[in-house]
Amino acid sequence: MSQSLAAAAPPPTEPPSPAVAEGAAAKKIEGRSPWRLGMERLLRDRAAMISLGVIILIVLLAIFAPVIAAITGHGPDEQFAATGLTAIGQPKGPNSTFLLGTDNLGRDVFVRIAYGARISLIVGVAATALTVVVGAVAGLVSGYFGGLTDTLIARFIDWLLAIPFLLFAISLVVIIGPSLVVVIIVIGFFGWASVGRIVRGQVLSIKEKEYIEAARALGASSWRIMFVDILPNVLAPIIVYATLLIPLAIVTEASLSYLGVGIPPPTPDWGQMINDAQNVYQYGAWWFLVFPSIALLVTTLSFNIFGDGVRDAFDPRGDRLFV
Amino acid sequence: MARFLIRRILQGILVMWLVTVSVFLIFFVGPGPSSVARALAGKSATPQVVAAVSHRLLLDRPLYVQYGHFLWLLLHGNLGYSFYHSESVNSIIAAAFPITLSLVIGASILWVIMGVLSGVLSAVRARSLMDRTFTVLALFFYSMPTFVLGLLLLLVFYYEFTIHGIHLFPGSGYTSFTTNPGAWFRGLVLPWLTLSLVQAAIYTRLTRGSMLDVMGEDYIRTARAKGMPERRVIFKHELRAALTPIVTQFGIDVGVLLGGAVITETVFGMPGLGFTAVQAIQEQDLPVVIGVVIVTAAAVVVANIIVDALYAVLDPRVRLH
Repeated sequence: MSQSLAAAAPPPTEPPSPAVAEGAAAKKIEGRSPWRLGMERLLRDRAAMISLGVIILIVLLAIFAPVIAAITGHGPDEQFAATGLTAIGQPKGPNSTFLLGTDNLGRDVFVRIAYGARISLIVGVAATALTVVVGAVAGLVSGYFGGLTDTLIARFIDWLLAIPFLLFAISLVVIIGPSLVVVIIVIGFFGWASVGRIVRGQVLSIKEKEYIEAARALGASSWRIMFVDILPNVLAPIIVYATLLIPLAIVTEASLSYLGVGIPPPTPDWGQMINDAQNVYQYGAWWFLVFPSIALLVTTLSFNIFGDGVRDAFDPRGDRLFV
Repeated sequence: MARFLIRRILQGILVMWLVTVSVFLIFFVGPGPSSVARALAGKSATPQVVAAVSHRLLLDRPLYVQYGHFLWLLLHGNLGYSFYHSESVNSIIAAAFPITLSLVIGASILWVIMGVLSGVLSAVRARSLMDRTFTVLALFFYSMPTFVLGLLLLLVFYYEFTIHGIHLFPGSGYTSFTTNPGAWFRGLVLPWLTLSLVQAAIYTRLTRGSMLDVMGEDYIRTARAKGMPERRVIFKHELRAALTPIVTQFGIDVGVLLGGAVITETVFGMPGLGFTAVQAIQEQDLPVVIGVVIVTAAAVVVANIIVDALYAVLDPRVRLH
């Protein structure tokens, strides 16, 4: 992005006008790349910075889950029938041994939430990466080549957007068999259509620009033009969109697990924990339902606030969902 | 107009056809046919019995024969019969659809009122305390997974109320309107709230954004300059600009949700279309899955056509073609 804009705009180091030529004044108006301007705007955004801090905490929680397990002495899948369940076999509330209480099998809810953060973050990032790569390539190819290729990809995108996503996702997971990789692929497969549309639209306008014509005149191949000349110019909207896709992927994974077709038990997973909890909260085990719910909500909320800040900073003209 | 409708209906039929083909393919790629025959025949069944069961359900025939059979029935308005329950898919859907319809219609009224109203108030007093409050609320509910909100509402308004002797809302299930209108309403309050709070957030932001976009336009200034009352400027001119994106979003949402508000129905144990479909998927009951998927796709297609036709009414600049 920075290269092409710098090339199009007059060079920032033009001879300064006499009025500002002296010392420090000239330094103040040194050229800043759009990238740096965006970073500066993002760093000044207090809400975005706080949510980034929360995201970092969640990442640390996920990384150090084994440490938490070691300190508490409770493995993520370990069932404490004697200490972790009441006399009638019900979960125990938060206490000094089990900080956030136990679940229906006498497992430590806090340790499982820490391990569950791993699944949520892995799926959120991996599914979004898949979505973005497939969507960007499809959008580039569709917009650049046009014609039959474009029609086929556009119709496929229409089909993807018309089908009942959740029902198809559940069908696919049931048939292939639930696993982490399958969940990531299913979310990525159904998610790229929107990225593809955005990229295609951008490519359509960029490919008419003079510098693309120049590249073609110099004998650059189609692939080189697509990935070297066009791609860097559509990166900003892609990055902005991607940060907002992460919370969506996290919610989708949790929803699939809640419906029993996500990450198979006993792997600790927030959606799965909430699913287990809905059968025992009527016996008073609110902690088992509330704490994983808070973990999930805080994660999606922080990613959404941060994503909104990123959009604000790097794509000020883009449609904003939140201010 | 007629040409537009015919074209869109044909396109819609094409999409629906593609959807049925994809469901068929997904089912046959997996262990569907053999697992269904095995499950129906029972654990101790001999291979002969399993074969007989597959034969009766046509599961041993080539893919195109089964698909042809399905299409033939479909053209006669018959969606086939459930593999497991000796019931026609038509009657299964007829039983489930009113439940989903009750849920979605009630929730959609709520979310449009909440979303548009808060959006208008936000836009009129942009950057005020009220605007910020609505922004925070919208962000909060936008980030809220549906099942989390539903279960937390149940925890408070069903569990906590009930143990304190207040029996206001049932924990799950559905009572039809004709059986007991009061019970129908009480059973739907929490599902309506769940679905509408999550949805309203999007409408708040859409309304606010589109209204702020037009506020600086010349025709708004003209309207004020000629002495038009502020209320009229807001509702007649500014809100009008927000209508097109709201109608688009509304069409998509209602279309998708009519095919089954899968999560909400699951949380509240309401046997609507989404709930039925998830159960059928887990049993690999292909005819039921296809039936629900066709209804969903049809709802999405019809909603899209209505939205496009509405554009022309709302915005005279749009021409149908």
